[in-house]
Amino acid sequence: MTINVSMTVNGTQVSHDIEPRMLLVHFIRETLALTGTHWGCDTSNCGACVVRIDGQPVKSCTILAAMCDGHEVATVESLEVDGQLDPIQMGFHERHALQCGFCTPGMLMTTRALLDENPDPTDHEIRVAISGAICRCTGYKNIVSAVRWAADHEAATANREG
Amino acid sequence: MQTPAVFEYERATSVDGAIASLERLGSEARVIAGGHSLLPMMKLRLANPEHLIDINDLTELSYIREQEGEIRIGAMTRHVDLLRSDLLAQHFPLFRDAETVIADPVVRNRGTIGGSLCQADAAEDLSAVCAAAKASVVIRGSGGERVVSMDGFHVRPFTTAVGAAEILTEVRLPVRPDGGSAHDKVERRAGDWAIAAASAAVWMQDGTIGDAGIALSAVGLTTIHVTRAEDLLRGKAPSDELFAEAGAIASEDCSPTSDGRGPVDYKRHLAGVLTQRALRRATARALHQEA
Amino acid sequence: MATVENLPSPSTERPIGFGRLKRKEDARFIRGQGTYLDDIRLPGMVHGAILRSPYAHARIVSIDTSRALAHPNVAAVVTAKDLETLGLAWMPTISYDTQAVLAGDKVRFQGQEVAFVIASDEYSANDALQLIDVEYEPLPAIVNARKALDLDAPLIRDDKAGQRDNLASPTWEAGDEAATNRAFAEADTVVSRDIIYPRCHPAPLETCGIVADFDPKTGQLNIWNGNQAPHAHRTVYAHVAGLAEHMIRIRCSDIGGGFGNKVPVYPGYVCAIAGSIVAGVPVKWIENRTENLVSTGFARDYVMRAEMCSKDGKITGLRVDVIADHGAFDSTAQPTKFPAGFFHIVCGSYDLQASHVKVKAVYTNKAPGGVAYRCSFRITEAVYLVERMVDALALEMKADPIDLRMRSFIAPGQFPYETTTGWTYDSGNYAETMKVAMDIAGYDDLRREQREKRERGELMGIGVAFFTEGVGAGPRKHMDILGLAMNDGADLRVHPSGKAVVSISAQTQGQGHETTFAQIVAEELGIPPEDIEVRQGDTDKSPYGLGTYGSRSTPVSGAAVAVVSRKVRDKARLIAATMLETRPEDLAWEKGRWYVKGDPEKGAMIEDIALRAYSGEPMPEGMEGGLDAQVIYDPPNLTYPYGAYIAVVDVDPDTAQVTVRRIIAVDDCGVRINPMIVDGQIHGGLAEGVGIALMELLSFDAEGNCLNSSFMDYLIPTALECPDFELGETVTPCPHHPLGAKGVGESPNVGSPPAIVNAVIDALYETHGVDHIDMPCTPARVWAAMQGRAEPPQ
Repeated sequence: MTINVSMTVNGTQVSHDIEPRMLLVHFIRETLALTGTHWGCDTSNCGACVVRIDGQPVKSCTILAAMCDGHEVATVESLEVDGQLDPIQMGFHERHALQCGFCTPGMLMTTRALLDENPDPTDHEIRVAISGAICRCTGYKNIVSAVRWAADHEAATANREG
Repeated sequence: MQTPAVFEYERATSVDGAIASLERLGSEARVIAGGHSLLPMMKLRLANPEHLIDINDLTELSYIREQEGEIRIGAMTRHVDLLRSDLLAQHFPLFRDAETVIADPVVRNRGTIGGSLCQADAAEDLSAVCAAAKASVVIRGSGGERVVSMDGFHVRPFTTAVGAAEILTEVRLPVRPDGGSAHDKVERRAGDWAIAAASAAVWMQDGTIGDAGIALSAVGLTTIHVTRAEDLLRGKAPSDELFAEAGAIASEDCSPTSDGRGPVDYKRHLAGVLTQRALRRATARALHQEA
Repeated sequence: MATVENLPSPSTERPIGFGRLKRKEDARFIRGQGTYLDDIRLPGMVHGAILRSPYAHARIVSIDTSRALAHPNVAAVVTAKDLETLGLAWMPTISYDTQAVLAGDKVRFQGQEVAFVIASDEYSANDALQLIDVEYEPLPAIVNARKALDLDAPLIRDDKAGQRDNLASPTWEAGDEAATNRAFAEADTVVSRDIIYPRCHPAPLETCGIVADFDPKTGQLNIWNGNQAPHAHRTVYAHVAGLAEHMIRIRCSDIGGGFGNKVPVYPGYVCAIAGSIVAGVPVKWIENRTENLVSTGFARDYVMRAEMCSKDGKITGLRVDVIADHGAFDSTAQPTKFPAGFFHIVCGSYDLQASHVKVKAVYTNKAPGGVAYRCSFRITEAVYLVERMVDALALEMKADPIDLRMRSFIAPGQFPYETTTGWTYDSGNYAETMKVAMDIAGYDDLRREQREKRERGELMGIGVAFFTEGVGAGPRKHMDILGLAMNDGADLRVHPSGKAVVSISAQTQGQGHETTFAQIVAEELGIPPEDIEVRQGDTDKSPYGLGTYGSRSTPVSGAAVAVVSRKVRDKARLIAATMLETRPEDLAWEKGRWYVKGDPEKGAMIEDIALRAYSGEPMPEGMEGGLDAQVIYDPPNLTYPYGAYIAVVDVDPDTAQVTVRRIIAVDDCGVRINPMIVDGQIHGGLAEGVGIALMELLSFDAEGNCLNSSFMDYLIPTALECPDFELGETVTPCPHHPLGAKGVGESPNVGSPPAIVNAVIDALYETHGVDHIDMPCTPARVWAAMQGRAEPPQ
């Protein structure tokens, strides 16, 4: 059986014929050739595959592409707009919150969603938000620091513009 | 990465439509909602349904509302919404306790209460939560609806009262005055299944415990409903000694198995400790004494 | 395009040389533009998948591949028989053993490779695995290393001629048995312990994989592979496949974590290469997480029995007897003459009278491996052992664990210090480092808090560990791996524009080499780091060397880059003298230029010297044009980083859950090229230490079934289990390293597990009498210890 799925990915409408069993992570990586989204496990534990569906972070390895028909998907490639990095990306760079970079797209999407909902999170709230994502390299300390950097940066920008 | 076997797929546009499809397609068809129990099993080839009926479009089943003296939760309500609901937290704080420690925040965006209850994994928290809260569930088939209490819901390991061509549509929690509840869980690491967990609910009456609900996760082949401890508590004034007795009963009446999370004696011990903790907290909430 | 220029840098620190320079490689990673192995697609590429044994030990009766071959998307199914015709059914290991690429006669561990499917896409390859029918005849399995040498134990390696038992490597000794016996005879306190360092796994977030592309027209084999030692791999493939080395090119993709897991050559690599050679198309194979956990290089699994003694308040002797579980094939990676790696550094940081160490290795029906996960060639096991024993001795002596260490440390005046097992530690001031840790921790306040809490029934523990480790292998006169010298090369070329490219033998898997190695050149030559390209991981473009593991990048490749930069600087001096019409000895250097002593306005900037070197203008007499140099660096010794770690834990008295509240880590890794990156490396290792101490375990049932074969049961700490690490430093430059740097990547894994376990015991000794507990300190295991029923993990 093949089905047609149509969805918006990073603002662009896409439409493809796929097997229903195709997981969203493979649809993104293989069919759309957006390889920024990664995978690291078989059991929905590691969070390397996190993307946003209708704004919510989800583990794309545990979603069928078919389930996204009619929905909006955002991947890490959507963060930089017109050559301008998102503050969360800047924060990760500023605060050395990545080493091998493999968990980074999932962490960026998860923490971008956190800041969208909670612009001033505490360190504990940040740790809770990323508790579904594993990093083997950083020990998380700098990731927390990076999210705080981004939050402060966005608050300062808002104040200037407000 | 591991990948599922081939299956046919359709998207349900109505509850009755999903039921009709289940009837038509028979035992090799499964409903899929959040998918965070079913899809991992399919990837590991532990489950190989030939047909999936996707019910994620049935947004009419996603609600938390107060109606006819009950809090009613639609089966498609996601864990994240259960966590955030102030209405639910006000009447049944054990939901928020449990949701804080169910899976992780990202998984909670997709998993549903219906899916969790129907998975009927003994380690799953919401089954104990609903049992302690004296919930009943609404099950719909082609012949109509029936209401089943949580007592009768878990039939066997991984088997519930939901029949082959039926769908769980709603969870109903009777609201009674002077109630308090809590859920307490021990896990090896954030996001892990419980080594053991206890849900407790009490309703006070003139300084004594009028009614109690106590249920345990992960210490039996299904959710353990500790009716003997509930009987003990009814009509008695709350005290640490009473809760210790209830805990001892919980310890005795569960039937844990030894596995990677812990041996039998430790799980029994936890059942007792967590029952006491949950009861203490539930009572404090019922008496508005919690800090 | 993502470059470092596009990255806005609000902070002003952009050092030319050492300092907290933000990373150049971030530009692609924060955009999701890294190229990891599974991101590689080539035209005509097909996908491999491996069928693995469900049994730990079984005869293979038959393999029927017909149903799989009938699948429309399947191109081939390869078994041992097919590989035999190519001479590839078995491959050599780094430990001079052999390992089956695909099992022919028997399977010897659960998860062992049995067949290799090649299909058009990944989903079809996975489907095809279900269509291969293998008939097994199960055999009894050996899972417990202590039982491997029992007389009735089944023989695992009946493939090896003359192998009569499950001994993988005979007893290896270090130290002096007679002197140690004397020390124990003279001692006033003796303690003994059985201590296990359980099997765990590096589990990098990216699993292992390969893309093999053999071009039948040219005979060239192109390989993309995330591996930590590309040149060594190429040498192995040349030998195994019978291809000349220049016909094999290995390019390392961006690597999503190594931690030693990506050092070995795995059967999947050989299958993909064989598949590509036979089929003439690119073959991609990448393992799933279960495969990674059950078949690739695990870590540790040392069963140890130790005794330690003291006299007059000072530690005097140590004896250790180890059974090392190597799994079904001996594929541990360590220098040839050191079958137990550097375990004999177990003499520790103390001025012992004598010590004696014995290690033997056995085969069991489990996956092969043992040297991995930031172990510094078994130094993690050694330090864990000695630091646990020091605490055990402190308990027996009723001494404060820090006081006992301070009294027993090697004193600053004793360096260079030859240990009782033959190490020569070059420099150190251990007490100073320990004091820094105590200050940051507020040690006395913590002990006060502990007393107060104990009175209220709250269980708080403070644990200490001090380590000296040896990294940067190693001098060619002492060590080799598979007969290859552990030397690294560096090639530096300065372009006419004054920008440069440096090619190195090291291979980053997240350590930040693109930044730090540029910083070394910048420090030596004054060229800004953004103008220095660092090349690594391409065997066609990088100098021969043994890669990155054992914390050797800074000590060996870092030294090579410093030396090669100085060679370039020396050549630049001669050219500058010609340019300035003066003698070379009249010139002085400041970063970026040679200038005339006494007339500093008169000088030549490095970029002008570079342009001159390529121009038609006169060069110094007899000198070739260009501004470049090459070096192969042979380290004169290992380097010896050390550190003092303190862990604070709280144990729930009812549920026995352990919370790591604080970890204070004070490292002396010599001069720090990029302190930000050093701190990051330490944070990561501390998190891994939390995992090892509390939750990571590869366990097996009696039949050899692996019970932790996914991330549901192989538990890795999240942000909620890791405290906000507190770091400190002391700086004792390494006397022989050109930059004074020592290396640091593995130190946090060396120091944190013993600190945490010592803390757990410290929380429970007085109230519950717990004087030992094996890792992982899961709630169930801690509770059992509190009941007096501590048992080693399976």
